[in-house]
Amino acid sequence: MAERSFKAEVAHLRKGDGDTFTGEGILALTKALLENGVGYVGGYQGAPISHLMDVLADAEDLMSELDVRFEANASEAAAAAMLAASVHYPIRGAVTFKGSVGINVASDALANLASSGVNGGALVIVGEDYGEGSSIMQERSHAFAMKSQFWLLDPRPNLRSIVKAVGDGFELSEASNTPVMLMVRIRACHVTGSFATRDNKRPNLSVRDALSNPQKDFSRVVLPPMSYMHEQDKVKKRWPAAGKYIMEHGLNERFGPEQSRIGIICQGGMYNGVVRALQRLGLADIYGQTDIPIYCLNVTYPLVRDEFMAFAEGKEAVLVIEEGQPEFIEQQLGSMLYRAGSTVKLHGKDMLPLAGEYTGQVMLDGVAAFLKEHASDMLPGAVLAPNEPKPEIPDLSGTVPIRPPGFCTGCPERPIFAAMKLVQQELGQHQISGDIGCHLFASLPPFEIGGQTMGYGLGPASNAAFDGGGERRAISILGDGGFWHNGLSSSIGNMVFNKSDSVAIIVDNYYSAATGGQDILSSRAQNDTKSTNNPISKALKGVGVEWVRQIDRTYDVPKMREVIHEALTTEYDGPKVIVASSECMLNRQRREKPLKKKAIADGRRVEAPRFGVDEDVCTGDHACIRLSGCPSLSLKTLDDPLRDDPVASIDQTCVGCGNCGEVADAAVLCPSFYRADVVHNPAGFERWWAGKRKAVIGWLQARRDARRLDVTEVA
Amino acid sequence: MNAETGISGALAQRTPDERLAGIIKLAVMAVGGQGGGVLTGWIESLARAQGYACQATSVAGVAQRTGATIYYVEMAPKEEGQPDPVFSLAPASGDVDILIAAEMMEAGRAIMRGFVTPDRTTLIASTHRALAVSEKMAPGDGIADADEVRAAAEIAAARVIMGDMEQAAVQQGSVISASLFGALAGSGTLPFERTAFEDAIRASGKGVEASLRAFAAGYEAAQNPEDGDAPSAQPQAKPGTGAKGPDAALKKWEALAARANALPAPVAEMALPGLRKVVNFQDADYGAAYLDRIETILARDSAEKGHELTREAAKYVANAMAYDDIIRVADLKTRARRFDRIRTEMGAGDGQVLHLTEFLHPRAEEIAGMLPARMGARIEADPKWMARLDRWFNKGRRMRTDSLRAFVMLYVVGGLKGWRLKTHRHAIEVAHLDRWLETALAHLPDRYGMAIEIIRCRRLIKGYSDTHARGLSKFDRVLEGAALVAGRKDGPGWVARLREAALQDEEGTALDGALNTIRSFV
Repeated sequence: MAERSFKAEVAHLRKGDGDTFTGEGILALTKALLENGVGYVGGYQGAPISHLMDVLADAEDLMSELDVRFEANASEAAAAAMLAASVHYPIRGAVTFKGSVGINVASDALANLASSGVNGGALVIVGEDYGEGSSIMQERSHAFAMKSQFWLLDPRPNLRSIVKAVGDGFELSEASNTPVMLMVRIRACHVTGSFATRDNKRPNLSVRDALSNPQKDFSRVVLPPMSYMHEQDKVKKRWPAAGKYIMEHGLNERFGPEQSRIGIICQGGMYNGVVRALQRLGLADIYGQTDIPIYCLNVTYPLVRDEFMAFAEGKEAVLVIEEGQPEFIEQQLGSMLYRAGSTVKLHGKDMLPLAGEYTGQVMLDGVAAFLKEHASDMLPGAVLAPNEPKPEIPDLSGTVPIRPPGFCTGCPERPIFAAMKLVQQELGQHQISGDIGCHLFASLPPFEIGGQTMGYGLGPASNAAFDGGGERRAISILGDGGFWHNGLSSSIGNMVFNKSDSVAIIVDNYYSAATGGQDILSSRAQNDTKSTNNPISKALKGVGVEWVRQIDRTYDVPKMREVIHEALTTEYDGPKVIVASSECMLNRQRREKPLKKKAIADGRRVEAPRFGVDEDVCTGDHACIRLSGCPSLSLKTLDDPLRDDPVASIDQTCVGCGNCGEVADAAVLCPSFYRADVVHNPAGFERWWAGKRKAVIGWLQARRDARRLDVTEVA
Repeated sequence: MNAETGISGALAQRTPDERLAGIIKLAVMAVGGQGGGVLTGWIESLARAQGYACQATSVAGVAQRTGATIYYVEMAPKEEGQPDPVFSLAPASGDVDILIAAEMMEAGRAIMRGFVTPDRTTLIASTHRALAVSEKMAPGDGIADADEVRAAAEIAAARVIMGDMEQAAVQQGSVISASLFGALAGSGTLPFERTAFEDAIRASGKGVEASLRAFAAGYEAAQNPEDGDAPSAQPQAKPGTGAKGPDAALKKWEALAARANALPAPVAEMALPGLRKVVNFQDADYGAAYLDRIETILARDSAEKGHELTREAAKYVANAMAYDDIIRVADLKTRARRFDRIRTEMGAGDGQVLHLTEFLHPRAEEIAGMLPARMGARIEADPKWMARLDRWFNKGRRMRTDSLRAFVMLYVVGGLKGWRLKTHRHAIEVAHLDRWLETALAHLPDRYGMAIEIIRCRRLIKGYSDTHARGLSKFDRVLEGAALVAGRKDGPGWVARLREAALQDEEGTALDGALNTIRSFV
């Protein structure tokens, strides 16, 4: 069950000729695939294209009606490998994953695919996770396209252009026998807008039918001498064919006047930002009619020399707007100009920052700098000599705290790291390696557990140097998502084979949680189209791990601590693996909340737990928060002149997971926590008995109150 | 729309396209999980329904659970026969008309990023706080200063609309996205009628009634924004307010209260709540002992200094005398007022049963502390006995205080006040208190500032078990440091710095650093 359901939106995917679709970019992409007769789709979730996978999963019924095969692939490598179906068969295929990490994982398959070349159109939709909001290292997918000869589309970020790029991509792929990458940036994935729909198209040849007539051609296999021929084929046939197709079909766009001294060249994805800068400079209108010519590269690789040289012809200077580094496009264009003996001045990273997202301000400054140097007459006076002083706004950098992402309210991973923190307080600091997933938030305060992350499923593998053991065993973390993605072989298999004397903790929250709660092999949910309920511990035993401890309630902090302690101190010198399982609270709440609500409304007995803090008992030392960090466990400043420090306080968003109480117990913190379970619709006897107890307790309380001096101030 | 400043300002005058000024640029800065996406969806469908071209973008919440997130919307009137305008996908500094901050520090972040500018931006902000982890985990008070953000907002924004939108929504059984949408409508910054906003909520079809109520609350809040200078002065408490109990005890209390009120005004202001605290902790006689202590200190204090020393002592002596022992915890946990408060907070009605589970974990130290002073001291000095006590008692106990068994157990312990003053724990507390006061007062009369700072160091002692031990050790270390600088003119300043350092982190790293600095120059 994914975080977001697109069941309602999927109905829009049935729209046909004459209809208009209004919605989000990722849905538009899905619709475009169906309109272009795709035969199979797949991919691996990860921001910013997680929702694309969710849409595809929710659209599975529609796709099977159209004879389109959908696979939720085990990894990006598996997704890329699936495109092999387009090598021999004239079937269009599309897969999606995030760049640049997904491309790294998929690179083996992608490189082989690029070498073989394709017969049917092969499209890789890459969600480029770059700039603000990105969760990965900042790199470009562009480099991969260049080194493997993959064509790279970077359409303007509006639905019409994105949808068109899907069709263009398939055709370009088929025209040049080369796989194509379609890159969409974070915001473009989620941008909203409209486009005119067309009827969905069944694939010319379905994968099912293709199986009846298997094809092979050893010249497509990547083996010498064919691989040498592939390389020649790339540069002699496929590349020129691509350039020809791009030019003839006008995939790149030109805007603005034909003649001008200057011009701007930008990646398609940068177009809106460029136009906004020009709008702010008074050089473009609301619809993007510009005074400065723009050569918009909807295909950023390969670059088409003739097209570019025609644009540069007669200009004094051009500015290349290319986000990220290195400046691949600028270098290539520079080389084209140089070889042609051109005198056109080329600007780019000399006027724009080398690295980082090209935000509105960056773009405005860059374009203004270019115009100042080459067309100052076009600029308004105030840009050349700003005279209006900017208002002095107080500096808040020392005030506003940073707010990195963290564990959700009630997250079952929090108690695991609380337990680890407690064990380390006892045994000392350990070498700890993290992995990709929600659990990586443990590396931030208040836990600060784990000092590196090398890649998905590689937590234990990245501790391999320490596998020989030592005074204190190395610990690594691995998520259930990472385990099935790559961890079982690369990390666990590696530990077993090398007789690793270290500890791996597998955080099993029943889903691929960080990417939005998709099901995976070990998910506990029943999934009609996928095989779930395959326990991780069974897989561990299967690859030869002998020391396995399964914990089925991570909230039991004392137990958690005991097991981790045992793993770190046991005599056994082989790999020790702890599987810590509890359901992702976000998903659990999404599943249980409506059911609970309904049960209460139906008059059935329901217990609703929530935690609280007795503020008189809390002394405001916040030790509990240093072992939790739960969003619902916060602070409150009391209206009491005797108190200096705010006390702990739990708000109504508490889901009653129990971590607070467990931690208070395990760490012997303080007695201020309590759990209150409100029993809705109690049965007759229960209610009667509770009434009796309440009466006795009330009598005792009244008795004492009558005898004591109570001078509590009442407002 | 508005005149612009800086680069963009002059351009607006020269722009050949008037329609550009018609683009409304709206950014929402929220904390992941606040429903910023829902709010954005409403704004979008509102704009489209009103004949606007509209584009929204976001960096979605995946892997952003509690982190800062931004949603961005642009809209402009649709023109017949024209394509869609070219909109930007992200807010640019100096180029935002409406900034909705779903939390106070996010308003601060928006200001820092230049999304709020005096020439054009209406800032709609919720004043409530969702504390960041860094604010919560400090052992002292690490909460960021919202007033600084408020002050900056007044300068940075063309118009400020602030109110507690979180509370407004929660009171209506809804979430903040609805009250913020209401505030947006109430701000009048979008050229649409209120009913059009409400239609957008209705069209979404989920939790409509509650959302509309919260919307109305937000709308009201925007029309009558919160006054920035809300009165913070507390009404002066009258002696005897809220006292309950047997007549004889009440008489004693009145006498005590009169005695406290007779103290110099600044001292009385602190001594009265202090007195309440110690009397509630034990009884009227204990209150008298508290006042004795205060009066002793007062006798050595200086009226010229406004009796600041005694005022501070009134605060910290009360805290020291009302220490946290098992009896106090058991008493607080079994009071009727607490049961009522929890029932209200949890929203448990008459038809519902409330279970109450307490998480207690007594250690040998707590048990030994309950024994008679000499016996307790002997046992605590004997590792064998302590191990035995640990074996018997040291484990997590979950007690259901709504059940008779557990309630009676705690009730009995909570009633042991008569026994308290004979216990080992009490002896320890008294000894510590005396030693601390003695250390502080030894600086009188010449080093008045030092005396005050030492008194204030009592703030470091808090928590239970390990945390308490850590607090005590920090207290001792700060006092050691204080002794090093006692003779210096800047001594008090250094003690204050040491104390603040001790409250910065759990392990006392900052404190060690400060101590090393002191050692480097003494």
